[in-house]
Amino acid sequence: MAIASAGFRELRLDGMSRNFGAHNALKEISLTVQRGEFIALLGPSGCGKSTALNCLAGLLSLSDGAIWLDEKRIDTLKPEERGFGMVFQNYALFPHMSVRRNVGFGLQMSGVPKAEIERRVDEALNVVRLTSQGAKLPGQLSGGQQQRVAIARAIAVEPPLVLMDEPLSNLDAKLRLEMRAEIRRIHRLLGSATIYVTHDQDEALSLADRIVVLRDGEVRQIGTPQDLYRRPLHADVAEFMGFRNAIQGRLVRREGEEVEVDCGFAGAIRGQAVDVAGDRVVVAIRPADLVPMADGPIHAEVTGLEYRGEGYYGTATEPGGAELYFRTDAPLGVGAAVQLGAPAERTLVYAAGGVG
Amino acid sequence: MSTSSRPRRRTLADRGIDGVTLLVLPAALFVVLLFVYPFVYGLLLSFAPKEGGWLGNYTKFFSDPYMYGTIWLTLRLALPVTLLNIALSVPVAMQVRHMRRQRLLTTILVLPITLGTVLVAEGLLNYLGPQGWLNRTLILFGLIDRPIRLVHNYWGVFISLVITGFPFTFLLTLSMISGIDPALEQAAATLGARARSRFRHIVLPLIVPGLAVTFCLAFVDAFSVFPSAVMLGAPAGETRVISFAAAQAAFEQYDYSYASAIAMIMAVVQFGFVGLVLAGRGLFYTGPAGGGKG
Repeated sequence: MAIASAGFRELRLDGMSRNFGAHNALKEISLTVQRGEFIALLGPSGCGKSTALNCLAGLLSLSDGAIWLDEKRIDTLKPEERGFGMVFQNYALFPHMSVRRNVGFGLQMSGVPKAEIERRVDEALNVVRLTSQGAKLPGQLSGGQQQRVAIARAIAVEPPLVLMDEPLSNLDAKLRLEMRAEIRRIHRLLGSATIYVTHDQDEALSLADRIVVLRDGEVRQIGTPQDLYRRPLHADVAEFMGFRNAIQGRLVRREGEEVEVDCGFAGAIRGQAVDVAGDRVVVAIRPADLVPMADGPIHAEVTGLEYRGEGYYGTATEPGGAELYFRTDAPLGVGAAVQLGAPAERTLVYAAGGVG
Repeated sequence: MSTSSRPRRRTLADRGIDGVTLLVLPAALFVVLLFVYPFVYGLLLSFAPKEGGWLGNYTKFFSDPYMYGTIWLTLRLALPVTLLNIALSVPVAMQVRHMRRQRLLTTILVLPITLGTVLVAEGLLNYLGPQGWLNRTLILFGLIDRPIRLVHNYWGVFISLVITGFPFTFLLTLSMISGIDPALEQAAATLGARARSRFRHIVLPLIVPGLAVTFCLAFVDAFSVFPSAVMLGAPAGETRVISFAAAQAAFEQYDYSYASAIAMIMAVVQFGFVGLVLAGRGLFYTGPAGGGKG
């Protein structure tokens, strides 16, 4: 494939900050992106991930800090001087231009000769598998096709860095899965570093080499998808990564990482200490790991159940009143008593007291 | 599906006609009484001249240079004024769209429209006149020796038409430019387009169709100029606009039939320009100015 990314060794965010009035949307983000790496910025809405992307693209100026591309400082450059490709959430295709002209726009702007533009537009459309739609206007395409055009337009200029702002959030579930695979394929094909903003942890896990979890404008954790999935470093990251059960308790025994926590249940809960300071802790368990078992320490009452194909997922209340999310293979009636437990190696224990 | 069932007859309701449609009646009646009837009446009247055959009024008009010259004199005012207003509106609107206090500005701009052409003309007469502030200030600063003539000639009418016409074109242009998804320009910027190119390749093509409509509305408005042409211009000479000729025919010569004919000629000229511009508009993209389905 002739389209390939112009390389850089590393992109360095050095204390990147952005304020909107008194509100600090980004607080000293520091991150180093290696050539060809796929980074996902993951976080709930309002965490500053889109702000971070716009700062990288040059659409927002920094309040403090710097962005370096190898030895070149780029945060002072205008967006048109940075040469990054960006895929917008609503695609931002030029409605009055044909697909071909949309894709060729960046090349046209940099003064590439016409024949060369035609050739590279063909290649870009080939990469996104849209060769037959070149003459159409964006409005005549489906959402998934528009998405591909937006990607083709961003990669046609062969940018060293591709920025994607929740590119799949406007697509339906099936198309989203297809496009996710597409994006992974295109990234492998081109090898350009990519920064991908999303609030969907599945997307981040399946696409990224490394995930950056943001919350309230701060980096909470940087790690590989495997790290993040197995061992979130903080209780709030764990909750965001799908540990829906967060049970308050008191540390009663600790041996290295092995801990026992008294949550006021019939038995103590055994788990792994991740980030424990005092004896007030919170126990985090994924719904899929909390299952009925004969000697389960948690006695609860089923309050609801839904079928999800590979099993049933239910809610239950324990005597203390807290709501728990669990999984079961056999259906249970609402109101039934159930004894729940989770394997100790997948029960994570954090210091209580929220963000810390 | 089933082959036996005949297609259901399309009812009136299917075509969007139901009881609510009746609400259109008063408006339709209004239009017929106050627009269609007078127009048809005037059209027929114009073919019943005081003397000569049924085309008598029209041959009279086009054989008298003093009369058919008014078309040119009116165009000479209306076309440059309209083009200037649009040319001013676009850059100003490009700047204003990101402003916080847009409302204040809009209010200030709407004022000349609400005041009406007569009041503006009256004011300009004093302001631009030989003893007006403008001339006195310029003389005070030694920029000119004697008052420049800005009233009772072409420029007086020109200036008043710009003042009353600009807010109108500006507000229309601003709403068109504000309607363009900012992400489009951002996308163009990330693709290497500088401000000039972004305007030329993104903003301009998207507002041209709207500008064409704005041109038509503003042009028709300027073409039918009457009060300022009389008050600020030289109605016997270089600003003898066509509407003034019609008024003279009607109220000085009491020849309503001839006046109607002049009004019809005026309408034809306006239609001609509007038709041309709208035909040209069809060559451009006229769909929504959004960036995608989202």
